[in-house]
Amino acid sequence: MSANENGSAQMTGAQIVLQALSDQGVDHIFGYPGGAVLPIYDELFQQDQVEHVLVRHEQGAVHAAEGYARSTGKVGVVLVTSGPGATNAVTGLTDALMDSIPVVCITGQVPTHLIGNDAFQECDTVGITRPCTKHNYLVKDVDQLAEVLHEAFYVARSGRPGPVVVDIPKDIQFMTGSYKGVSNSQHKSYVPPQQGDQAAIEAAVDLMINAKKPLFYTGGGVINAGPAASESLRELVRMSGYPITSTLMGLGSYPASDKQWLGMLGMHGTFEANNAMHDCDVMICIGARFDDRITGRLDAFSPESKKIHVDVDPSSINKNVHVDVPIVGDCAFVIDQLIEAWKAKNPSLDKTAHARWWDQIDTWRDRKCLHYRKKSDVIMPQYAIERLFALTRDHDTYITTEVGQHQMWAAQFFHFDEPNRWMTSGGLGTMGYGIPAAVGVQMAHRDSLVIDIAGEASVLMTMQEISTAVQYDLPIKIFILNNEYMGMVRQWQELLHGGRYSHSYSEALPDFVKLAEAYRAVGIRAEKPAELDDAILEMIKTPKPVIFDCVVDKQANCFPMIPSGEAHNNMLLGDDVTGDDIEKAITEEGKVMV
Amino acid sequence: MGQPGSAYSLEKPEEALEAHTISVLVDNEPGVLARVIGLFSGRGYNIESLTVSETEHEAHLSRITVVTTGTPMVIEQIKHQLDRLVPVHSVIDLTVAGETIERELALVKVAGVGEKRVEALRLAEAFRAQVIDASLEHFVFQITGRQSKIEQFVVLMAPLGLIEVCRTGVAAIGRGPERM
Repeated sequence: MSANENGSAQMTGAQIVLQALSDQGVDHIFGYPGGAVLPIYDELFQQDQVEHVLVRHEQGAVHAAEGYARSTGKVGVVLVTSGPGATNAVTGLTDALMDSIPVVCITGQVPTHLIGNDAFQECDTVGITRPCTKHNYLVKDVDQLAEVLHEAFYVARSGRPGPVVVDIPKDIQFMTGSYKGVSNSQHKSYVPPQQGDQAAIEAAVDLMINAKKPLFYTGGGVINAGPAASESLRELVRMSGYPITSTLMGLGSYPASDKQWLGMLGMHGTFEANNAMHDCDVMICIGARFDDRITGRLDAFSPESKKIHVDVDPSSINKNVHVDVPIVGDCAFVIDQLIEAWKAKNPSLDKTAHARWWDQIDTWRDRKCLHYRKKSDVIMPQYAIERLFALTRDHDTYITTEVGQHQMWAAQFFHFDEPNRWMTSGGLGTMGYGIPAAVGVQMAHRDSLVIDIAGEASVLMTMQEISTAVQYDLPIKIFILNNEYMGMVRQWQELLHGGRYSHSYSEALPDFVKLAEAYRAVGIRAEKPAELDDAILEMIKTPKPVIFDCVVDKQANCFPMIPSGEAHNNMLLGDDVTGDDIEKAITEEGKVMV
Repeated sequence: MGQPGSAYSLEKPEEALEAHTISVLVDNEPGVLARVIGLFSGRGYNIESLTVSETEHEAHLSRITVVTTGTPMVIEQIKHQLDRLVPVHSVIDLTVAGETIERELALVKVAGVGEKRVEALRLAEAFRAQVIDASLEHFVFQITGRQSKIEQFVVLMAPLGLIEVCRTGVAAIGRGPERM
């Protein structure tokens, strides 16, 4: 390193990468070496500011970075090589894009003179990742490298967060150029909104205070806006006394133990939350995007309500559902603006109407939609999650999941009182998310209890990351609800395809206890309800990575459920579902849908 | 209802499609056009016409003019989706921004002899098309104007020996002294 006449430090591209990471406050990166990133790995070797976590597959690196980002609020950082390194990362990048998770992924590339030559381990990384990143860069000038890296972090974390790829050819990593520090000047074209429009805020508050059947519907945007936004949300919701429901992504921003909480909404949401969505007269949507898992049948979606929609991304507004009062802004600012405007109006609310509304909600709650029949000889999956929740309440717990029935049961039966505690693949629905995400979470929270609530099928997609956990002494707990089926696939085949279980049975499963031992982790199995509690307690106190094989009922279905193509007020509830109901519930048209 | 189709409403609502001309100011950097086009194909939007060129050399800014069709809700989506691309500076819907001028240039090759050849030339004059290449058996006409004029000219040339057409796509700018 040396300084040139301008005073800017001269260093190699690889040194610039490390310097930029350090200036961005990066402590941990998740990666896998290869030919095209060797110069950067060589620099990593010679420093101790940034700790590198060696994963077992690049998809795992991105999910780990996502878990890290979601549990800390920081940008997750990934380092992978060219070609297969980059293509393996694509699933993780798409996952981060769909769930708006800030990730910077540095990919190696073949030397600039070989680009386009079908060189060894070459792929068109920026071309491949263009639709699955928020933005991406191919750096062909070493003097631009520092600026691009800083911009990548800015883009990843600003506005609606997302993944950003920086593709760096190997010759650029060797070349010497000038380093520029973090600039405070405004970006030339990407300046996301912060404050919401005051007139829209006033209009929204007017709607809110005159509502007779109001409902808050919040999402991951509140969590992305930082812990302060969740605090503000609590203040606003408590001030109003209105009921609140959240999407899968939004769990934890409002405490699930609170009496105003209706549970999650959507396809496997609660009866009370979905009926409240359908019947409300003012819907206050904050940081959620009217996804198809939420709305169900669009032409029957909350037909009588006026809708307020707060989102930092204008393209989310009026995309699926027409809203009456759009507010473009960062939840962290807009919720405070709403509180201020509410206080300024010092409103007198229609107490009678609200009491009636709560009465109605209570009758929905009385249906006890999450009820299931316990069995004495078989562990019901719902029961397993209930016990897991009960026995971890005194711990500092973080939950990740895979994708499928177990994920929905976790959302229904594990309750979150704080944001950033729940890491799940919502938008993309990526099986295999949970283990690497848990690795990322545990890396950031060494002394916390990090549990991946898993299914036996999903977990095999990224099982190799248990090896990463063992290497870095990360005592993650993989709690597998093992029903020997791809449960959600099996459930849909039962409901939609006449019980023809085409390729959804997990044949030739490994012995998960022995598998754990093979990885030098700890394996625990529970097969009977009576032994479940002791086994969970043993898992919690084991200071090593654990694979917990929880053998559960094979036929359990995840209810309640809004059948495909149906409205919120037409839910299938667990107890009263017969084969006949299922036949009737799903129309021929509904069967076509996802 | 104003609700668009989704996975949950198979019947597409019978909403009229509108054509809009959208002007997008972008950084002229590698891949920027791919980002814009990828957005359209990836999200299933239509491109009726597309023109792009660097228009401000010092600032390295290019102007992309897209003619697209969609329901009003889709048109709004397109604009917001374009606007959130990092290298996009501004997105203007010229169709709603006020009076705009739209022009296109086409090169039209017509081959023929005798009466047809004379008729082609006569029509070209009426349309103020210029002859930019000719031999004893062909003309290449250059014609500028609104899309409808070019469409009409091409239709008229068809029976007179039309060989091929090359069109630039629409360039558009707002009337009056203001910048977009």
